[in-house]
Amino acid sequence: MKRAQFGHSPIPYLFVGPQLAIIVVFFLWPAGQAVYQSFLLQDAFGLSTRFVWFRNYEDTILNTVWLESAGFTLLFSALVSFFSIAVALLLAVRANEVIHAANAYKTLLIWAYAVAPPVAGLIGGLMFNPFIGDLYHLFNAAGWDFNHTRDGFDASFMVILIAVWKQVSINFIFFLAGLQGIPASVQEAARLDCRSDERRFWTITFPLLAPTSFFLLVINVTYAFFETFGIIDVTTRGGPGGATNTLVYKVYTDGFLGADLGGSSAQSVILLLMVLGLTVLQFRFIERKVHY
Amino acid sequence: MAASEDIPARAAAAARPRRLRISGRTLANHAILILGAVFLCAPLWIAFMSSTHSAETLYREGLQFWFGDSMLETYGAVMFDTGGVTKNTTALTMLGNSMVLGLGFAIGKIVISMTAAYAIVYFRFRLATPFFWVIFLTLLLPLEVRIVPSYEVVASLGLLNSYTGLIVPLIASATGTFFFRQFYKSVPDELLEAARLDGAGPLRFFLDILVPLSRTMVAAIFIIMFVVGWNQYLWPIIMTTDDQLYTIVIGIKQVYQVLAEGGELPQYQEAFALTILAILPPVLVVLFFQRWFIKGLLESEK
Repeated sequence: MKRAQFGHSPIPYLFVGPQLAIIVVFFLWPAGQAVYQSFLLQDAFGLSTRFVWFRNYEDTILNTVWLESAGFTLLFSALVSFFSIAVALLLAVRANEVIHAANAYKTLLIWAYAVAPPVAGLIGGLMFNPFIGDLYHLFNAAGWDFNHTRDGFDASFMVILIAVWKQVSINFIFFLAGLQGIPASVQEAARLDCRSDERRFWTITFPLLAPTSFFLLVINVTYAFFETFGIIDVTTRGGPGGATNTLVYKVYTDGFLGADLGGSSAQSVILLLMVLGLTVLQFRFIERKVHY
Repeated sequence: MAASEDIPARAAAAARPRRLRISGRTLANHAILILGAVFLCAPLWIAFMSSTHSAETLYREGLQFWFGDSMLETYGAVMFDTGGVTKNTTALTMLGNSMVLGLGFAIGKIVISMTAAYAIVYFRFRLATPFFWVIFLTLLLPLEVRIVPSYEVVASLGLLNSYTGLIVPLIASATGTFFFRQFYKSVPDELLEAARLDGAGPLRFFLDILVPLSRTMVAAIFIIMFVVGWNQYLWPIIMTTDDQLYTIVIGIKQVYQVLAEGGELPQYQEAFALTILAILPPVLVVLFFQRWFIKGLLESEK
């Protein structure tokens, strides 16, 4: 808290006003609606609705389609986070060491941050297009009977590759900043004590980067859960046969295309609880930033 | 700048035998970085090159790795003509809409969060703490988990297919407010004390001292928010049905649908051209303002 503050006046209310108004209308009201609708069941014709307590939640959790989607989402998030973090860490460590062309490498590695997920999805999808896509032909020529329109594994592979491609840049930026934050004296001392580059990395650098890595893990899981919606929507659309149907994509298809309001809302609330878990984790580990 | 780059070079020259010993590592560093750069840049390069060829060439020979001769024709058609992959609209209209969304999102978010953070940090008022928690709550409610009811709210307010409906629901989240709150807290208290001695009121202090002081912070956040706004996808596809309001990122979805419909020879080169047009503005902003962009990203995400 500031020592010096202004006293009582109506001015602070005017200043928080706009943000509060928007939050109430566009956040709290819809969120309340989502929770309320998740307890309602509409009949097939939309004529009557009943209050059904947790029935929508039960139906959601016990539904095999939802379970498969949840399983895919977890696996997808784990793989996307792992690979985009690992590739970015490798590149950042190397970029931090080189002297020549360091800025050129940096520029070439960070720009992809600015690419929207659906744009990445469309480019990636065209690379795998059965008619013109070189990667499609390359994989088939190499003996992998690749067909992402029919095979769930192939489709997942494609979506994961595109999602990792899009996410490497942001991880790279944070790792490079983390590496540059390690004091020169620590690096010097480590270099004197330990000749092996590899051992020095695992015993000194990697532990010092742990806060960055943890923070990035949260960012990446959130990305894999939510922002990959754009990639999936212009590549597999959750297919083939629901093989790449993430939970967010399912909320969207059930709510907008399937018009199953209760079920979609219950799924939203479950997702919300997952995000809540993630955010709590995030703030526990970087709470030095929040002092309330 | 030049002097500081000189030092490692000179140190390396002084330790010549040592440099020879580590050259294997240096070589590996460059090899890995080049591979990484190729992994990231190749798709963009191929997309750009393929956009300069005709649909027939792409269909016959696959993706292209060097310039073709129909670049002007393709980009001209995508930019100014309806039909093709842009259907009833043009890339020019979509770029305009994206610009409105990117700028509106960035400016709206900065104004709203600067003022809210000012109230929370600099005033003693009864509802400060509950207000802070309400703002904090928005972090927990990403748009994706409340899309259906958000759509209903915007529809009932008659804001579908309007810039207001497109931008306003996106700008309220708390990240910007936290960022400015953190920054204001680091501003020395003496400034306010001095300003008050000189007779400055709350408005005066905000406009004449705090806002100018925040300039670099605002620039950094602006870059990030512009890119984030430009790249919005889920909300725009839900609430715009009028194709005159399509942003270029929604245009990407439309391209996908046109290509999926099949029919006659798909205009792949136009699809590639549209992706290049969608990527170019935010990438240029990021590269041109690289330093501010990185500062903004590191500060705002934490």
